[in-house]
Amino acid sequence: MTDQTKIETTELKLTAKDFSSGLDVRWCPGCGDYSVLAQTQRVFANLGYKKHEPLIVSGIGCSSRFPYYMSSYGFHGIHGRAAAIATGLKLVKPDHPVWVATGDGDLMSIGGNHFIHACRKNVDLKIMLFNNRIYGLTKGQYSPTSETGKITKTSPYGVVDYPFNPTALALGANATFVARTIDRDAKHLQYILEEAAKHKGTAFMEILQNCVIFNDGAFDDVSKKDVKDDNILMLEHGKPMIFGKDADKGIMLNGFIPIVVNLSVNPQLENMLLIHDEFEESGILASILTQMSEKTGLPTPFGIFRRVNQPTYVDGVTRQINEVTEKKGKGTLQKLLNEGNIWEVK
Amino acid sequence: MSEEIKQKKVENLTDVTVMFAGDSGDGMQLTGTQFSNTTALFGNDLNTLPDYPAEIRAPAGTIYGVSGFQLHFGSGNVNTPGDSPDVLVAMNPAALKKNLPNLKPNAMIIANSDAFDSKGLKLAKYESNPLKDGSLAGFKIFEVQITRLTQNALSDTGLSVKDIQRSKNFFALGLMYWLFDRPIEPTVEWVKTKFKKEPILIDANIKALKAGYYYGDTTEMFATKFKVESSKLTSGRYKNISGNEATAVGFVAASLLSDLPLFLGSYPITPASEILQYLSKYKNYGVITFQAEDEIAGIASAIGASFGGHLSITTTSGPGLALKTEAAGLAVMTELPLVIVNVQRGGPSTGLPTKTEQADLLQAMYGRNGEAPIPIVAASTPSDCFYMAIEASRIALKHMTPVILLTDGYIANGTEPWRIPEVSELKKIEVKYAENPETFQPYNRDENLVRPWAPAGTPGFEHRIGGLEKSNINGNVNYEPENHHEMIKIRAEKVNRIKNFIPDLEVLADEDADTIVIGWGGTYGAILDAVDRVREKGHKVAQAHFRFIYPFPKNTGEVLKKYKKVILPEINDGQLAKLLKAEFLIDIIQHNVIRGLPFRSSDLEKVIIENLGGNND
Repeated sequence: MTDQTKIETTELKLTAKDFSSGLDVRWCPGCGDYSVLAQTQRVFANLGYKKHEPLIVSGIGCSSRFPYYMSSYGFHGIHGRAAAIATGLKLVKPDHPVWVATGDGDLMSIGGNHFIHACRKNVDLKIMLFNNRIYGLTKGQYSPTSETGKITKTSPYGVVDYPFNPTALALGANATFVARTIDRDAKHLQYILEEAAKHKGTAFMEILQNCVIFNDGAFDDVSKKDVKDDNILMLEHGKPMIFGKDADKGIMLNGFIPIVVNLSVNPQLENMLLIHDEFEESGILASILTQMSEKTGLPTPFGIFRRVNQPTYVDGVTRQINEVTEKKGKGTLQKLLNEGNIWEVK
Repeated sequence: MSEEIKQKKVENLTDVTVMFAGDSGDGMQLTGTQFSNTTALFGNDLNTLPDYPAEIRAPAGTIYGVSGFQLHFGSGNVNTPGDSPDVLVAMNPAALKKNLPNLKPNAMIIANSDAFDSKGLKLAKYESNPLKDGSLAGFKIFEVQITRLTQNALSDTGLSVKDIQRSKNFFALGLMYWLFDRPIEPTVEWVKTKFKKEPILIDANIKALKAGYYYGDTTEMFATKFKVESSKLTSGRYKNISGNEATAVGFVAASLLSDLPLFLGSYPITPASEILQYLSKYKNYGVITFQAEDEIAGIASAIGASFGGHLSITTTSGPGLALKTEAAGLAVMTELPLVIVNVQRGGPSTGLPTKTEQADLLQAMYGRNGEAPIPIVAASTPSDCFYMAIEASRIALKHMTPVILLTDGYIANGTEPWRIPEVSELKKIEVKYAENPETFQPYNRDENLVRPWAPAGTPGFEHRIGGLEKSNINGNVNYEPENHHEMIKIRAEKVNRIKNFIPDLEVLADEDADTIVIGWGGTYGAILDAVDRVREKGHKVAQAHFRFIYPFPKNTGEVLKKYKKVILPEINDGQLAKLLKAEFLIDIIQHNVIRGLPFRSSDLEKVIIENLGGNND
């Protein structure tokens, strides 16, 4: 092989298939994870990533098998610790995109602490939360995102606690990119993955993901063709918040509470509708969006709730190292051994 | 000033142990550190033991709020912080009460008599003033009005009475400098730098220091001052260093010797936090310190950084090691280089956070699920932490394995003069990477059963690893029974083969003795002193100290079986003894005293002599 051909082959853009490790995928047939895997491979190819560039870290759970099915570098960690492992990796590999594949048990329960700190610090991780609202790998116990009242193996009389709201939690921890999407909507999923990849900072993606075995149909309201348009609010930056099969419903604020208005009855309200602004700094608008769901009689928002620019943790660490090195000069062994209060014995 | 006073008697001493004790807020650690640094500069060998409460500022004047700093210095070799103080500086009654039981007979007590008022006595639960009631017969008492004298000396500084009080430790320090014939200049210089932004405090502290010094010179109370000649240390450049600082510097050195940047993931915990504090300053050495959200994130981030190709470490103390257990197993499974430092403290649970102990050896050895062997090394003195940090890194990188480095609260906080090595004395750390992407398999192995390292992000070596059992050679997930059995044996044998690369156990003192005293970790100085004294009394005894514990050095069995008696003192209930008995089927005479304090060499001396059949009287 001449040098010339070498350059040409490496410069060839990889395809989605190139990002598959070729191992047999062992998720249950019909599992939503397949879709996330396929879209991630596609997005990595679209972004022109080389195989060695993206580094993927996971914890424990069905979704955490993700790295084994990708052809890039992968680390299958221990339960809950993916974000912490990924933080160390990102700090030493600041130029590589570091992705975290995790589930609601892994990230919200045993890994809750690492999650909020990865958001707070703006480590620049891309966190994909596969939220199926159930423990799948351990075969059907309730998770921290399971609804109150849900019957599971460990709640035969119904769950008596209250679920986390992942987007609200991420926002509360000051995540600079917060979005929601769903396994069934390949195009939207791809869009969110791609925007998260482009974001500089920790990007949190809640991906609603159907568990065909233990929680099938959990997201029917927002995924079934006949009903979903009435239950989803597709967020688009700069556009008024309109939804519904006939695009005849809008969201406006009554005080600080969002309400649904019927535009076919009251068309004059159209210019009073909330306009989505992903870049709204304070996070107040995004906060309102995180609280919208069928529980509050409102549509479930999909899309990017918030994306704001803030210097990343990794940048801060690198900047300090560079500044101090410039000021003091690069350390050497000779220097190290000659620092401090030294005296000589003849 | 009369001639008579000026010509005070000078007494020569070979070594002295001084205890500075006062309230947590009295600045005793600072006073002790200053005295140590000046003494080191003066050329004495020394060893220190800070002894402070876990509470930051316990109620003033109470016994549990007493903070102490013990310092042993001499003209010969000094290996321990001293068994019992010859001199106690007691800033209040509580400090006296707490330290009295440990003083040498006829010790000198310099007491701040101003603090022995009814309130101070009551707080220390004294019914009458011990300085006056004759209960201190047998000690040499020097009552000094430290509070009042400091007040007088600083009355024109413009400081409030309260602020002036904060300088009284400098008065005490000045007095001690006079008493032991040390220069005050190093402390004057230190004060000038330390309080650069508050000139009024420079003035006040130097005035107090000088007032104390001149007080010693002029008062008739002290008829004698003492001289401790400087030690005949090996020639070279020296620095007074604590174990925690030496650990930090050692890892920076390991980073430079291996040409790999250093990553530390850590969560603050007593008594290990200082390593994180020190390392956070070494930014121009490319050191990344990540103060994690918890102990688990500390080690998990370090594993991530190791996957990414850094020399990665995590630092903690016993309770933190317990939390890191599962992740340590992950490092065993993924066969990544990692050093876990455990600065041992009194346990179990929160235990005695500021006190020393050696009771985490079995935790280090066995504290993980599954068969998860991790090599263990231990530092024996404050400056040895430097070398053991390098050796731990060397093993981790050469053998692709996590390594546990054990130090303890005593050597971590204690200091000693360290002869700084020349760059040429430090051996490079070789790092071997995966070389050929065509033939690369993540769990292929070399002749030492070590798998190749291909740091994440290197083009051509993309691979996946994790906590699930691996297929030998290709590293894919594998649940087959035979493979699991084989992998367990391989991981154990990989660690076992490290013994081919570590030094033999060295026998000191009399090789032809029939009794050997062995030990590991921070008990080295006390055992060495005890053995020396036993030999001075005409007995034959050998000594060996473990720095590499797991795997044991190759000659361990041979050494131990040579002696009729093996004596093993440990500050735990017999943990190394258990390991040695199980491995070598030998009998061991154990000495286990677990008080949160280092051994007294005089106690060990007695134990050794008793076992030699000698008479202690």
